[in-house]
Amino acid sequence: MRNALFAAQKLDTPIHRLSGLTKLCCFMLLTGAVMFSYDIRVILCVMAFSFAMLRLSRITYQSIRLMVLYVGIFLLINAVLTFLFSPLYGTEIYGTKTVWFTLLGSYAVTSETLFFILTKMFKYASVIPLGMIFLMTTDPSELAASLCSIGTPYKAAYALSLTLRYFPDVQREYRNISQAQQARGLEMSKKAKLRDRFVRGLSIILPLILSTMDRIDSITNAMDLRGFGKHKKRTWYVKRPLCRGDVLALSLSAAILLGTIAVSVFVNHSRFYNPFV
Amino acid sequence: MNIKPIIEFRDFSFQYFTQSEPTLRGITLQIFPGEKVLIAGPSGSGKSTLGHCINGLIPFYYKGESRGTLTVNGVETKQQNIFRLSKVVGTVLQDTDCQFVGLTAGEDIAFSMENDRVALPEMKERVLKAAQMLDMDRWLTLSPFELSGGQKQRTALAGVMVDDVDVLLFDEPLANLDPATGKQAIEIIHDICRDRTKTVIIIEHRLEDVLHREVDRVILIDDGQIAADMDAHSLVASDVLKTHGIREPLYVTALKYAGVRVTPASRAGYMQTLRLSAAEKQQVVDWHNAVQPPPPPPEKPPVLRVEHVDFSYDAGKQVLSDVSFVIREGEMLSLVGRNGAGKSTIAKLMCGFERPDRGRILCGGEDIAKKSIKEIAEQIGYVMQNPNQMISQTLIRDEVALGLKLRGTDKDETEDRVQNALSICGLRPFRKWPVASLSYGQKKRVTIAAILALDPKIIILDEPTAGQDYRHYSEIMDFLRAINERGITVLMITHDMHLMQEYTPRVIALSDGQVIADRSAAAILTDADVIGQANLKETSLYALAQLAGIPDGTAFVQRFIDEERRRGL
Repeated sequence: MRNALFAAQKLDTPIHRLSGLTKLCCFMLLTGAVMFSYDIRVILCVMAFSFAMLRLSRITYQSIRLMVLYVGIFLLINAVLTFLFSPLYGTEIYGTKTVWFTLLGSYAVTSETLFFILTKMFKYASVIPLGMIFLMTTDPSELAASLCSIGTPYKAAYALSLTLRYFPDVQREYRNISQAQQARGLEMSKKAKLRDRFVRGLSIILPLILSTMDRIDSITNAMDLRGFGKHKKRTWYVKRPLCRGDVLALSLSAAILLGTIAVSVFVNHSRFYNPFV
Repeated sequence: MNIKPIIEFRDFSFQYFTQSEPTLRGITLQIFPGEKVLIAGPSGSGKSTLGHCINGLIPFYYKGESRGTLTVNGVETKQQNIFRLSKVVGTVLQDTDCQFVGLTAGEDIAFSMENDRVALPEMKERVLKAAQMLDMDRWLTLSPFELSGGQKQRTALAGVMVDDVDVLLFDEPLANLDPATGKQAIEIIHDICRDRTKTVIIIEHRLEDVLHREVDRVILIDDGQIAADMDAHSLVASDVLKTHGIREPLYVTALKYAGVRVTPASRAGYMQTLRLSAAEKQQVVDWHNAVQPPPPPPEKPPVLRVEHVDFSYDAGKQVLSDVSFVIREGEMLSLVGRNGAGKSTIAKLMCGFERPDRGRILCGGEDIAKKSIKEIAEQIGYVMQNPNQMISQTLIRDEVALGLKLRGTDKDETEDRVQNALSICGLRPFRKWPVASLSYGQKKRVTIAAILALDPKIIILDEPTAGQDYRHYSEIMDFLRAINERGITVLMITHDMHLMQEYTPRVIALSDGQVIADRSAAAILTDADVIGQANLKETSLYALAQLAGIPDGTAFVQRFIDEERRRGL
């Protein structure tokens, strides 16, 4: 059984063939572009691009359904909160005030704020597929190798990769322990009182922690005995040499970032695109 | 001879800071380049500590105080460091799951080279070479989830051989393997020794299994000291094994039962070298014929029926297909089969953790399908392999009372049943102790007591003796037999051939989700087909029967089992 969230799928697509480092850099460049610009036209272009990439990487909707759901909920909450906290934020930015209708007191719904919120939602929506592509097509070791290449200390990078590596094991163990505890009569359903559920939760977590600690001790031994931490740097077996595809992907991403900046500087003369004047 | 030892202990003692007594005392030992040495000893004898001293985990990871000297490659270990030592001594740990740090076999083999900053092209080349040496180059891209136990162990071995170390140290290589894979592991280790360029040290308490292939010397450790240092033939002929809690090979025990005097000249260290004179063979035959097998006990009514059960975790791969068997009241039996054959799945179905796709399971005549996990547990108890996975309370009494408390049993009855369970398990004096202060075997008893408190009809135990030495194995199993004699049916999932042979008259073997055999232990352990499909291995008693010219090997094995029973072992 593999862990559903980060299952690095073994497919052979142009995206999978890119090195982990390239994917990480492209992700950061494109994120930079989208974060910098508040021009909805630019953002929509990047969004179209990232969805095309998602398509190209042949990630199935099935495998990211849960993530999509969480992201959707997050976006919705974000939009509502933005409106509630500053209903006239759009007016501050765009300088005009086109009221559609007024809710309670000062809560006026304006085109400007709606437009701002829409722009912001698209910003997230264009970055998130890129993040999913990175996580779903890069296996934990390659992820660690790429993090290390951009300056993360390798011990930290390796710790992350090990966590992902052993996560399915711990998950399986959790399931086993929880079943055995249920057999002893532990009610995990919502019928139990909150305090009881907390105490009962402990009776699964405690054995899980103990058996995980044993495991960590053995893993540490195994790593020490094979020279982990001997030098300041290490090499990575999974690191792929950069090839033509990587150069292409990096140039494309860099071009998109520069293009975004250029649009802001030369066309909009601001980070915002203002359709209201 | 003027060869310098590669490892030399001189009057070496070691005491962990966390212990009040030294674990190793006055060890003097030389191991020479190219030797193959078995270090045997019961749990807690200090044999693992000795291994830790050789590979540098002591003093660089586990701290303590040492006296005397220990040199590896002529240099005091204290003056080296763990990385330098790891270039000389490669260690294969017993838990290959934990040793497997990479995400694929190839990456794992490369691990030590990565830490050594070896450039990528050279690394790939060396990985391939090491993998070819162990005949595993086809699996380099597989993940640990896709590899079998034996394949993982080969990966671990390739991962240390890639460094071209001089000494290979195997820490309980058989602990996590089924009998057939363990046998292969011993053969692979032997192949590595063949050209005498590597020194091999095997730390293991399963003497007979390691002696499937020759070793130069066996060093017996007990109580932190060297109890014996001799070749295998002299060792099994002496009585040091018995006094130090190591099980002697079964064929040797059988010879002794038959009254054959085993001497170094019998060359009894390995089954394949054993020589018996015609008179000695006759002794074995006479012993075999001396007693008629006891009549089978009358059949008891069934307590559990599994009827035509199919199961799969997700649509696609069928895990169990058409599994049927009956367990009778008061039986003690084993469920065997290779990893993935479906043994644990059957146990989960019996406990209601999973539900069958087709077919039904009846306990005491009632279908368990409509019962909750909690209700089933009052009839069928389940004890996990590792007691640490089950224990959640700090005090022993509370741990045993947990199931009753959660069922709202009234105070007096809870107290009665807890006391009763504790006294059956011999834990009554400890009832107010914290669980953490107990040994592994005692903790196991606590988990069994916690299940017994619910008064089930059947208890299922997953690998009850995994990783236990002979003494602890006997302790746990005799205890289970005592429980069984009180009328509780005991079903064990196991790889342990001794357990099947000595404690369970009946064995059910699974392969690919189907029951392939349901017979007596003696019949299963001598059936080549079942042995092959369930990853068992042939018992050495069968080989002894052939050597002595007894045609019915199964009857001979049964004779041995009956004799052990009779002697109350």
